[in-house]
Amino acid sequence: MIAETGHFALILALFVAIIQAVVPLVGAHRGDRAWMDVARPAALAQFLLIGLAFGALTWCYVTSDFSVLNVAQNSHTDKPMLYKVSGVWANHEGSMLLWVLILALYGVAVSAFGGNLPPALRARALSVQSMISIGFILFILLTSNPFARLDPAPLNGNGLNPLLQDPGLAFHPPFLYLGYVGFSMAFSFAIAALIEGRVDAAWARWVRPWTLAAWVFLTLGIALGSWWAYYTLGWGGYWYWDPVENASFMPWLVGTALLHSSIVVEKRDTLKAWTILLAIIAFSLSLLGTFLVRSGVLTSVHSFATDPARGVFVLGLLFVCTGGSLTLFAIRAPSLKAGGLFAPMSREGSLLLNNVLMSTAAGTVLLGTLYPLIADALNLGKISVGPPFFNGVFLPLMVPVVVTMTVGPLLSWKRSDLGSALARLKLAFVAALAVAIGSWLMAGGSATPLLAAGGFGLAAWLFVGSLLEWGERVRLFRAPFGESLRRAAHLPRATYGMTLAHAGLAVVIAGLTGSATWTTEKIQVMRPGDTMEVAGYELTLQGTEEVKGPNYTALRATFHTTKNGVFVADLKPEKRQYTMPPRPTTDAAIHTNMIGDLYAVIGEPDGKGGFVTRLYYNTLVPWIFLGAVIMVFGGLVSLTDRRHRVGAPLRKPQTLAAPAAAKA
Amino acid sequence: MRHLLAALLLLMATALPVLAIQPDEMLPDAGMEARARVIGKDLRCLVCQNQSIDDSDAELARDLRTLVRQRLLVGDSDAQAKQYIVDRYGDYVLLKPPFRAGTLVLWLGPAALLLSALGAAVLFYRRRAGTAVTADSAPPPLTAEESRRVAALFEDDKQS
Amino acid sequence: MRRILYLLPVVVFLVLGGFFWRGLQMDPQLIPSPMIDKPAPAFALPPLKTDKPGLASADLQGKVTLVSFFASWCVPCRAEHPLLMELAATHQVNLVGVNYKDKPEDALAWLGKLGDPYAAIGADRDGRVGIDFGVYGVPESYVIDKQGRIRFKQTGPFTVEDISNKLLPLVAELSK
Repeated sequence: MIAETGHFALILALFVAIIQAVVPLVGAHRGDRAWMDVARPAALAQFLLIGLAFGALTWCYVTSDFSVLNVAQNSHTDKPMLYKVSGVWANHEGSMLLWVLILALYGVAVSAFGGNLPPALRARALSVQSMISIGFILFILLTSNPFARLDPAPLNGNGLNPLLQDPGLAFHPPFLYLGYVGFSMAFSFAIAALIEGRVDAAWARWVRPWTLAAWVFLTLGIALGSWWAYYTLGWGGYWYWDPVENASFMPWLVGTALLHSSIVVEKRDTLKAWTILLAIIAFSLSLLGTFLVRSGVLTSVHSFATDPARGVFVLGLLFVCTGGSLTLFAIRAPSLKAGGLFAPMSREGSLLLNNVLMSTAAGTVLLGTLYPLIADALNLGKISVGPPFFNGVFLPLMVPVVVTMTVGPLLSWKRSDLGSALARLKLAFVAALAVAIGSWLMAGGSATPLLAAGGFGLAAWLFVGSLLEWGERVRLFRAPFGESLRRAAHLPRATYGMTLAHAGLAVVIAGLTGSATWTTEKIQVMRPGDTMEVAGYELTLQGTEEVKGPNYTALRATFHTTKNGVFVADLKPEKRQYTMPPRPTTDAAIHTNMIGDLYAVIGEPDGKGGFVTRLYYNTLVPWIFLGAVIMVFGGLVSLTDRRHRVGAPLRKPQTLAAPAAAKA
Repeated sequence: MRHLLAALLLLMATALPVLAIQPDEMLPDAGMEARARVIGKDLRCLVCQNQSIDDSDAELARDLRTLVRQRLLVGDSDAQAKQYIVDRYGDYVLLKPPFRAGTLVLWLGPAALLLSALGAAVLFYRRRAGTAVTADSAPPPLTAEESRRVAALFEDDKQS
Repeated sequence: MRRILYLLPVVVFLVLGGFFWRGLQMDPQLIPSPMIDKPAPAFALPPLKTDKPGLASADLQGKVTLVSFFASWCVPCRAEHPLLMELAATHQVNLVGVNYKDKPEDALAWLGKLGDPYAAIGADRDGRVGIDFGVYGVPESYVIDKQGRIRFKQTGPFTVEDISNKLLPLVAELSK
């Protein structure tokens, strides 16, 4: 009964979506306020109906209703409640329902908080948003119905893949979708602007908070997934350039470019076509990700069970959405009125360069991800494109990005002088050099750590440079301290957001460099009582015990850890065997001191009383996730900027006669 | 057929990498073992979804790891050991695609993308330069009346 | 000129879309063998059964052979087995087997239960011969021509269509 209600609610939502897609759009075209205003209640209705459907599915999972096929395939009575709930979106059908729920969430958020949006823009944006909804709701109803019944209902379900029974992974999809799908709002705004034929500062001001919110969530989602891989998969890896990971990374790269490009539209009324194109591409990459994960076109650890029929449908959606929007772009963009001029050496120029570099980076990742498919289709044979390619091509591309990240904010608008900007960064340069040489010497001074030295140097350059820029703004050490304090208090929050985000990235870079070059790994067989030394720590395997969990049994080992004889921690890694489905997993034990992680894994017994153990010291890995958190925090700080709530001032046309008349 | 193949591959692959390289596979010579690890990171596990043989727990991955070490012990160079495996499984097994005619677009692509994007930016500047303020298209100089008004406005501004 | 530039994104997308469409019809997991038209690797495997010969590369000369890699733990092998039994009965090709990474007692029991279509069976306990052939899963089958060269690889189990449309015509061609 509940499942049928959910199903029915979804069908109703489809009808509401159709109304929301058509009526406000026609209204905006005709200037009919009443028709335009249909968008807001429709968005609310759509959200409530889809929410109802989602709630119904959740209810089926929570009550373990195995007469629903989806629940039977993915759940089990023994699962802890948290994973019963997260199981709702851990499968294809449920995750698509989450997708449309978030689409509707953004729609209702714009309708609720977009009170000071121009009505026509709001109507058109909500209408486009609804068109996307129609596509996806149809996809669910026609090919991926989560409410299908199973008759006769089995006594119990197949259970959830144990790897997914983890808090990190439970939250990873919702945040990821809030990110991906969030770019749909920027997309809808972009299409609305193209239809209207106007992109101006006001538009950029409206688009920014939605894009920023999506970016924040996507950053968090990617970081969560990466962190989960790190502590679950058993050897400390956190990024594999797997197609599905790339599918989330590309929208992030383009989304970052979009955020920066929209600043130029807002401040200087130019780079409009670029910004619109970026908004279209960001969401198109999200759609592409959906296609890649669910169609079986590429092999990936992340793929859901694949079904070519679904692939065809999503490809159709991709054609309509992306093909349609890019065609609209080709037709309408040339007539967008170009705004302010600027010299290549200027703040706008550096942001344009940022667009160029980030788009190239995203394009490179796309090329590598799709190449196996392209080569196969062209009969060039089956090849693999793995981490060696991506690392070799992507990282060099990021170097100019990081170098210019500190210079850009110091350039003035319209026309600037590189020399003066660089002069203000002298300290950053010195710091970078010092850190690079220092880390090189610390690592032994031979050829291999040269790249690592470069990485640390870059991180220092970015970190110190970001702080220096903030220092410039508050006239630190140039004006009385009180004045600096006053300036600091009155700086717009977006500035703090920028400083935090850039500094956060510097921390991430340092973490990535450290983990790639300074990791210690010790793999061996240990007997209870044996001690291994890892990076200055002594780990003694004290013993193992059998532990029972709700739906698994585990072998738990205890590593008594000391450093220079002083007790540090007892690490207790586990090797679990789940009952349903019967699969093993490893649970690494991690002890962090924020500079590095001591990482212990217990493996197979060797049959003679010993166990395979893997012990790692992962230097600076915590900084990767710490840096990501700082970036997210920076984004959130930016979101709370007053300007987003106030909106951009409208330019009123001034006549020359008016001031003369006033004077006369 | 495809479904059976999928089932077959699922059967071959273990859940997901859990432990990867085992102590009993490791060579006593640390230098050679290090070489084997590096080679292993560049070879793809064919029955897994996107892992190297170094990272994977599958039986075939273990067999290939052992094979790489055997080849090194026999005296193969790193390239020869890798080639031994490529001869049997094709280029698919290399995680770093070889640089040949079929992969030219892949390897040169990023540079080409960068150049096109930069080219687009240059075009952008060029077109703007066409509409920039030049001597001919500059607005005519202010008349005396207008100069007076401008000065008056500035005065206003200073006093407020 | 400007208009053309603005059309570029759409054009690029349509080209990519074409590839995606083609991709939906292909199988990314199917890896072609680089050993087609190359001589079969040299090997000599001990027999699995006491009353049936083992298998060596020398045995592959002079006749058209289908080398079938199988194992008792392999579920799709079970699906393919009846077809191989039928094929053996027609005597159109020399059908031999390689027992891949299996325990002899398990393999013998399996063959006992399902029937033994093979003229000879080699026991590849550690899978090395498999690797030399480029085997990455079971079942896999290779057609060897009279000169001992690999001419065709079947990845995964045979279907009825595979046998009638791909295998038998090739065998007939090579037997001429």
